[in-house]
Amino acid sequence: MTATQNSAPLQIPGRDGYSVHVNDFSLWYGNFQALFNVNINIKQGIITSMIGPSGCGKSTMLRSLNRINERYGNVKTTGSITILGKNILDEDVSVATLRKSVGMVFQRPNPLPISIFDNVLFGLKSHTPSGYHSKRELEDLVEQSLSEVGLWSEVKDQLKRKATELTLEQQQKLCIGRLLPLKPEIILMDEPCSALDAAGIERIEALIGGMRGRFTILMVTHNMAQARRASDECIFMLMGEIIEHTPTLDLFMNPVHEKTAMYIEGRYG
Amino acid sequence: MPDSTRKTRVNKSLLSDRFEKPIEWLIKICGWSSLAALTAILIFILKGAGPMISKINWVEFFTSTKWVPSPGTGNEPHYGILAMLVGTLSTTALALLISVPLGLAAAVYISEFATGKVKEFLKVLLELLAAIPSIVWGFIGLMVLAPLIQNWFGVQQGRNLLNGGIVLGLMSVPLIVSLSEDALRAVPDAYREAALALGASKWEIVFRVLFPAARNGLLAAVMLGLGRAIGETMAALLATGHANQIPSAITDPVRTITATIAAEMGEAPKNSDHYHVLFILGLVLFVITGVVNVVADLVIKGTKKHV
Ligand SMILES: Nc1ncnc2c1ncn2[C@@H]1O[C@H](COP(=O)(O)OP(=O)(O)O)[C@@H](O)[C@H]1O
Ligand SMILES: [Mg+2]
Repeated sequence: MTATQNSAPLQIPGRDGYSVHVNDFSLWYGNFQALFNVNINIKQGIITSMIGPSGCGKSTMLRSLNRINERYGNVKTTGSITILGKNILDEDVSVATLRKSVGMVFQRPNPLPISIFDNVLFGLKSHTPSGYHSKRELEDLVEQSLSEVGLWSEVKDQLKRKATELTLEQQQKLCIGRLLPLKPEIILMDEPCSALDAAGIERIEALIGGMRGRFTILMVTHNMAQARRASDECIFMLMGEIIEHTPTLDLFMNPVHEKTAMYIEGRYG
Repeated sequence: MPDSTRKTRVNKSLLSDRFEKPIEWLIKICGWSSLAALTAILIFILKGAGPMISKINWVEFFTSTKWVPSPGTGNEPHYGILAMLVGTLSTTALALLISVPLGLAAAVYISEFATGKVKEFLKVLLELLAAIPSIVWGFIGLMVLAPLIQNWFGVQQGRNLLNGGIVLGLMSVPLIVSLSEDALRAVPDAYREAALALGASKWEIVFRVLFPAARNGLLAAVMLGLGRAIGETMAALLATGHANQIPSAITDPVRTITATIAAEMGEAPKNSDHYHVLFILGLVLFVITGVVNVVADLVIKGTKKHV
């Protein structure tokens, strides 16, 4: 076991320094087991990256944390995932509320085919009764959210424009920005830069870095250099198992496990 | 190995080069031929209407309800279509009132909620419904709906505006459902997933994501449904009561333009005034559907700008 996993996760509701505890979590797609007894504790407020070869279950793990995986219908799980002191796999959990606290950014930017303005407020409107916020408050929220992702100055005169007409980089920024009105605790990102060019990657990484401290960010990436640049802790997965979870520098400089070392060298050598 | 793959690629591009031009032409011809067909139909109707276009009293035509196309000898004919116009528009409006909510709801259910066997079953059922000939729908209006309406509303005549609206509405439901379902299915799944991940419920996704995203396709579905209702003849003839009057209640019998043409074309002597006037009725229908389509187009363009 690795350094972060040697003590049993604390089960105190609320703040224990961790945002997510995954305990003995296994997942099957039909008869195919994609995750094997996963145990992870994700520290609050830092950026944790997940690396591993394609098909090792990174997306599956990530998509289990907001239960978006369930839409495939053939998914079965065992174990528990504790977020904000509650096992999110329990029957009585409202997935809508869960997804309010656990936002997600996808590989392919997926703004909704409505206006930029409405995209930013889409989530909020799902979670508040209509008329709850004044028009003024909503406008302020949109400005704040778009400013935070560095999009405001570019789009402030075209808020009514269809969001799908933006460039991919702008779309991805919008997809991050539209999570902010919900004040999520955790933001999941599944290869958020893989559709972008080098300059775009740099700007999005800077944006994610700037969110450190206020959100717990869990980011899947196929790019080891990115994991190294942008994350505080790193998780290495292989064939549905967690091999190693340590501070990022340690993982790259002094990998504990043979497999980790092989993976890192294989890619670098 | 690399050599042979290059070869096939070259062959492929040669092949597509050779076919590109003819295919382009074929598509062009198809496009233009639909315009040609439309023009031909218009010419045919205008020719059929012939001398009556200038002879007819157009003011009376649109403002009078008096329809006496073949009076006995010595009497003046009257060509007033106001009642039929109202009849056509009111049955169509009622039909849409029924078919649009029903059709959209069914399409949403099939595309977003039903799964597996239920979904397959519903799709087959829909195809069967779409294949029912209009005369059978007319019979349903005549034999099933008419007595029911007589009982429920306590009216003499069960064949009326309500009956016609229901029958025409139900008739256009399968068309609206299958076209709407296509439009909904064409919405990329990434949108559903994005909304779901923001905590939206399935219903919110339907109203706040799918409807805006599929708007054009849904509107097209409604327009074709409307076209079906407005253009339907046999069912309209049997279900409406075919009474040339402006209805004052939903249970009043009415008469549609299509049913009038169908009922009178056989008895009007060829090239008589009556015969020509029936073509003018056809022209009126042609214009109504044309206007509806143009308005729909403008609506689509207008909303595009705003969203
Ligand atoms: N919806 C699904 N149904 C069945 N198998 C799936 C599904 N999604 C992913 N898998 C399988 O689960 C494994 C892990 O996939 P994934 O989590 O997408 O890997 P990664 O994101 O690390 O590339 C793969 O073998 C993949 O084929
Ligand atoms: Mg993946």
